[in-house]
Amino acid sequence: MVYDVVIAGAGVIGGMLARELSRRELRICLLEKENDVACGASKANSGIIHGGFDPEPGTLKAKLNADGVEKLYRAAEMLHVPYRRNGSFVCAFGPEEEASVRALYERGLTNGIRGMSLISGEEARKREPNLSPAVTLVLDVPTAGIICPYELTIAAVGNAMDNGVELKLNFEISEIHQEDGFCTVTAADGQRVQGRYVVNCAGGYSDRIAAMVGDHSFQIIPRAGEYLLLDKAEGSRVSHTIFQTPSKEGKGVLVTPTVDGNLLIGPTATRVETPESRQITPQGISTVTRLAAKSVPGVDFRQVITSFSGVRSSEAGGDFIIRPAAGSRSFVNVAAIDSPGLTSCVAIAEYTVALLRELGLKAALKADWNGTRENPHAFREMNDSEKDAYIKEHPDYGKIVCRCETVSEGEIRDAIRRNPGARDIDGVKRRTRAGMGRCQSGFCMPMVMQLLAEENQIPMEQVTKKGGSSNPLFGRI
Amino acid sequence: MTEHQIVVIGGGPAGMAAAVAAYDQGVTDVAIIDREAELGGILRQCIHNGFGLYKLGRELTGPEYAAVYQAQVVQRGIRVYPDTMVTNLTKDRIITARNRQGILQIKAGAVILAMGCRERSRGALNICGTRPAGIYSAGTAQKFINCLGYSVGKRVVILGSGDIGLIMARRLSLEGAKVEAVCEILPYSGGLTRNIVQCLEDFGIPLYLSHTVAEIHGKDRVEGVTIAQVDQNRRILEETKRYIPCDTLLLSCGLIPENELTRAAGIPMDPITSGALVDEHRQTQVPGIFACGNVLQVHDLVDYVSDEAETAGIGAAEYVRQELHAGRAVNTVAGNGVRYVLPQQIHTDAGCDIPLFLRVTKPFGKVRFTVRSGEEVLVKLTCPKAAPGEMVRIQVKADMLAKVTDAVTVELEELA
Repeated sequence: MVYDVVIAGAGVIGGMLARELSRRELRICLLEKENDVACGASKANSGIIHGGFDPEPGTLKAKLNADGVEKLYRAAEMLHVPYRRNGSFVCAFGPEEEASVRALYERGLTNGIRGMSLISGEEARKREPNLSPAVTLVLDVPTAGIICPYELTIAAVGNAMDNGVELKLNFEISEIHQEDGFCTVTAADGQRVQGRYVVNCAGGYSDRIAAMVGDHSFQIIPRAGEYLLLDKAEGSRVSHTIFQTPSKEGKGVLVTPTVDGNLLIGPTATRVETPESRQITPQGISTVTRLAAKSVPGVDFRQVITSFSGVRSSEAGGDFIIRPAAGSRSFVNVAAIDSPGLTSCVAIAEYTVALLRELGLKAALKADWNGTRENPHAFREMNDSEKDAYIKEHPDYGKIVCRCETVSEGEIRDAIRRNPGARDIDGVKRRTRAGMGRCQSGFCMPMVMQLLAEENQIPMEQVTKKGGSSNPLFGRI
Repeated sequence: MTEHQIVVIGGGPAGMAAAVAAYDQGVTDVAIIDREAELGGILRQCIHNGFGLYKLGRELTGPEYAAVYQAQVVQRGIRVYPDTMVTNLTKDRIITARNRQGILQIKAGAVILAMGCRERSRGALNICGTRPAGIYSAGTAQKFINCLGYSVGKRVVILGSGDIGLIMARRLSLEGAKVEAVCEILPYSGGLTRNIVQCLEDFGIPLYLSHTVAEIHGKDRVEGVTIAQVDQNRRILEETKRYIPCDTLLLSCGLIPENELTRAAGIPMDPITSGALVDEHRQTQVPGIFACGNVLQVHDLVDYVSDEAETAGIGAAEYVRQELHAGRAVNTVAGNGVRYVLPQQIHTDAGCDIPLFLRVTKPFGKVRFTVRSGEEVLVKLTCPKAAPGEMVRIQVKADMLAKVTDAVTVELEELA
């Protein structure tokens, strides 16, 4: 079958674009090379909804960030993705940085950002008592927020699927052939799909995908960022997202609560060879702890429960690339989406749909499109008497599998069944938080694997951590 | 709301022994709440022998040791809530729990905390490198092999020489895996000497002291690890790095008492033991709430867990009968060479002997422990050697305690 639109890459951009396109009478296919959605940059980043003061005025980043904030909050509501409008503080340490922070404020005004103010270090510490005494000036951005990036991606893809989008996992594109009016996309294992339009949302791999249609106009420069995640015991150390004054290297090391109540610190910014270079390094850990302690000296690093690394898909030009490949009317690049890509994702999706329509994509809006996703946290959000009543009807919700995060068997089964269904241990973790707590799956992993095996009707030894050959077990003893 | 005179949270060795002891004091309305379908806790996956020599006078496997106490629980008709997880505990002893029947609210006359401990995870250790499959805490691997019957790896490196790691080195070898190395970041092992002999030396497995895993390699599955020697500040010595191909990394780097409920109830904690502050009855600083076993302090042997649990069970029964002694209390203090002393508070006018439990800060040769209060020396005890991995017990006589008005300090001096 020939799809109207084939999207390459099920990260937050591909997922949100699929959802946006699913409003219309279109046959849409979403391709992903991994065993789950949100496995690239969307899996591991700061999860910040940026205020929009930072991008250079006149760029796509400036426009789509400013447009994107409220659009993202609305989408998150409809998709039942938890977020918090916790506001951000950009901190200056001394006169030199004060000048930079004042310049950011001016730039924010140019970008049309409302509600910002400059406050003294003293005033900032009244509102954020653990902030370093060395902070002298703060840009207060109340519209900024936090959200979980992979949860947003999962919800966007799930909602797109609920509205008819087809998701093909483990589809690693090896070849794209353009003909009159459509493209043929071939996977490494020989699978094939055809689409009238192909949109390249392949993140760190988007330059390679573009090269398959002869477009060599940009090159992704992967830059790794390492993070440390701390126990919920540290989660209220700060309530705002605490930035340092940004530099050429990025927005610097931040200290932020997460929507789940942990404390997140990071990232570093290191040029790496490939988008797979997601190592944790001793230098990374020491940089992150040193710089986090500069902003918030009291952070208790003994409470670290895990470390992770994500890779940004940057490009030399510094701006988002959203344009058709040279000479093509059927292949569109949505590439170089680094920060503020998460914040801008809904705006990017809308902008891309408008571009596709300019290129000739015609389709009526569906009468029955439903942009609201079933709330996967409905059970978690119930009070005890509601939970009691629900468990009496659905006993699986009474059996707790993950003790650290209080996740029940019922919630795990749902995560395996609900679009896009979890297929591996990490997939269950990202959907339910089972295994994400302080014991890091020490206790719940066997049970989670048993549920995956049972739901997918496969033997235990075929259950994987994250697809491919990541099987934890080697078979029966 | 359901009511019980005593509720024990956790049905492992500590919980079972505490419940039985409380029942035998005549408080018969005792209930155990446990997460698992069957009593026994982690003992159920410890199929090796070595349990019960001290407490029961015979050598048993973990499941056998658990079965002894389980039978006692059944005989007495002690109420068990299986497959039930406590999600909250308040200072006034209202317990919220969840199972397949719904949400339970239980009011307890006394509560005994016996939730055990968990293993330190890879994340908490901040090991560098990639994040492939094949990294297990030793206990998780033990569950897969012993309870579920699956192989977790063929070529294995173990980080940490805690007892579970040592036991698993032998277990994996018996299942045909090759254990390439056990790395211990400290200059000594925290495991029992008998385990080092029986689990490593007997199998020709090298133990590298002052070594750690510097980096994990592999994309989907572990392909190898880089190990390295560390200096006295635990910093990696670059020139000692070497690569060991393997498909599995086991972590046995310490146990952390599972005190989330304890903290939720606002019970004051000891930062050294990571357990509650208790008195000689194992009563926490919140009246009517007791703690015992590995949730209170990580023990060497299950036998000692059972002992401590009996103390807590008796204390809880006395509390329910309003007979718990609460007179003059003094704190205990860890002095020179001593990492902690438990209980952290003792009642000196109770008229009974009180055993103090402690761990030393590092391995020592011949040492003399002195228990003193001010200038008054209460006990002196000489030991041929002392190590952090082996808990020390010092009994303080009632007549000596009667003289005590100040804090009781335990310290050691090395004897040449």
